[in-house]
Amino acid sequence: MEKLIGVWIAAFLTLCIYSFLYRDNPFYRFAEHLFVGISVGYGIVLSIHQGLIPLAWTPFWQAITQWPPGWGLTKLIPIAIGLLFFARLIPNYAWLIRYPIAILMGIGSGLAIPNVMQADIFRQVHGTLVPFSQIHAGTLSGSEIFGAILMLIGVISTLTYFFFSVEHRGVVGGVSKVGIIFLMIGFGSAFGNTVMGRVSLLIQRVEFLLQDWLHLI
Amino acid sequence: MLKQIMQIDRRIIFILVALAVIIPTLLKVSFPITISEPTRKLYDYIEDLPSGSTVLIAFDYGPSSMAELQPMGTAFLRHCFQKKIRVIGMTLVTEGATLGYETMQEAAKTTGAIDGVDYVYLGFRPGTIQVMLGMGTTINNIFESDYKEKPLAEIPMMEGIKNYDQIDLILDLASSSTTEAWITYINTRYNQKIAAGVTGVIISQMYPYLQTEQLIGLMSGLLGAAEYETLIETPAKATKRMSVQSFVHLLVFGLVILGNVAFFIQKRENENV
Repeated sequence: MEKLIGVWIAAFLTLCIYSFLYRDNPFYRFAEHLFVGISVGYGIVLSIHQGLIPLAWTPFWQAITQWPPGWGLTKLIPIAIGLLFFARLIPNYAWLIRYPIAILMGIGSGLAIPNVMQADIFRQVHGTLVPFSQIHAGTLSGSEIFGAILMLIGVISTLTYFFFSVEHRGVVGGVSKVGIIFLMIGFGSAFGNTVMGRVSLLIQRVEFLLQDWLHLI
Repeated sequence: MLKQIMQIDRRIIFILVALAVIIPTLLKVSFPITISEPTRKLYDYIEDLPSGSTVLIAFDYGPSSMAELQPMGTAFLRHCFQKKIRVIGMTLVTEGATLGYETMQEAAKTTGAIDGVDYVYLGFRPGTIQVMLGMGTTINNIFESDYKEKPLAEIPMMEGIKNYDQIDLILDLASSSTTEAWITYINTRYNQKIAAGVTGVIISQMYPYLQTEQLIGLMSGLLGAAEYETLIETPAKATKRMSVQSFVHLLVFGLVILGNVAFFIQKRENENV
């Protein structure tokens, strides 16, 4: 019985959402607001149970009730720094929020900068150039050599398109036009994949309506 | 006629798309699936792992992406369980907690895998990057207990698994930027092997990582899931849905051509006037 009610509610909400394709209406807005509300509520409750309680409340309680006091007290330091976020609510002490923000930004940047440079720049440049050493060693097939050269042309011409310190005329203009072609191919591929992704969602909902709700398949 | 095509009510296109989905779904049409290289690489990697190896699967998606990513998760888990590869499940996304649990339960039920022996589901912890990095030191510090609040120390499968050193592969099923975070922080820092299964919307961003081997394998949307189902010889939801998908692609293809032909003919007529 519970499953049946669940299926009917899900079917009703699915139809409410798809009713937007005809035009905006109260049923669509009801389903949309319900979805947003439930998502936020679920997220908050889960964050409290999986984050706040085990990572802040339990260590805090253990630290203040433990006797004799031990190293557990050190856990009060990050908890206290976290609590400084709420200083924003008291106008006279609002400046205190700068400390947790500064710590977060410092840690975040310190972690991100070297790793992002390594993952997204050095490794990508390496990946673009390595096939040329393999060409030199004679280990690549004809199609792989063509792919490596095409990749290099694509990278250089696309980067040229985004290089605005030189006017895009003459050779630079020609190379940047080649870059536009590569960009367009990239956007076309992204559009095709997006269509596939969106249609997949529709297929799943139609399958649900025909199978679980109407029992037609 | 051309003017009518150019001014067609978009709701007629919606009806055509709906029919292109409903009719093949009712008729249960099926097309053969061709396997792409990135999906095969992931399959081959799992095939080459000895039994008793450990993989970690991150269910980093919500209900809006489960149509594409849940079949991937199910197919991958079936493969691991059939090969007696141990699986640790987790998520960095709040909505992923229940979805990941359900997917693991479903795959375990069909393969006879046992909770705590063949697989462990850790659930969700907030903090994304802090969680990823923390697990690199000690998993137990981040997840003291599993999803059902059983302490990790009491779970037989977790014996000897301390951090990424004991994990042979991380598979991220993602609908957002979590795969990039796994690559940036965990592949770069710990040299951990990463694979991904992502939605069609973000697949284009993943190919550069495949070429540099920062990703050892990649499943692309519903197609990737159907390919993996074909590889493990267990056609399921994704294979069925991919056949329906082909009809919609044909329709979209036709509409794009029709729209462009009408546009250029009308443009030429306007120039001649």
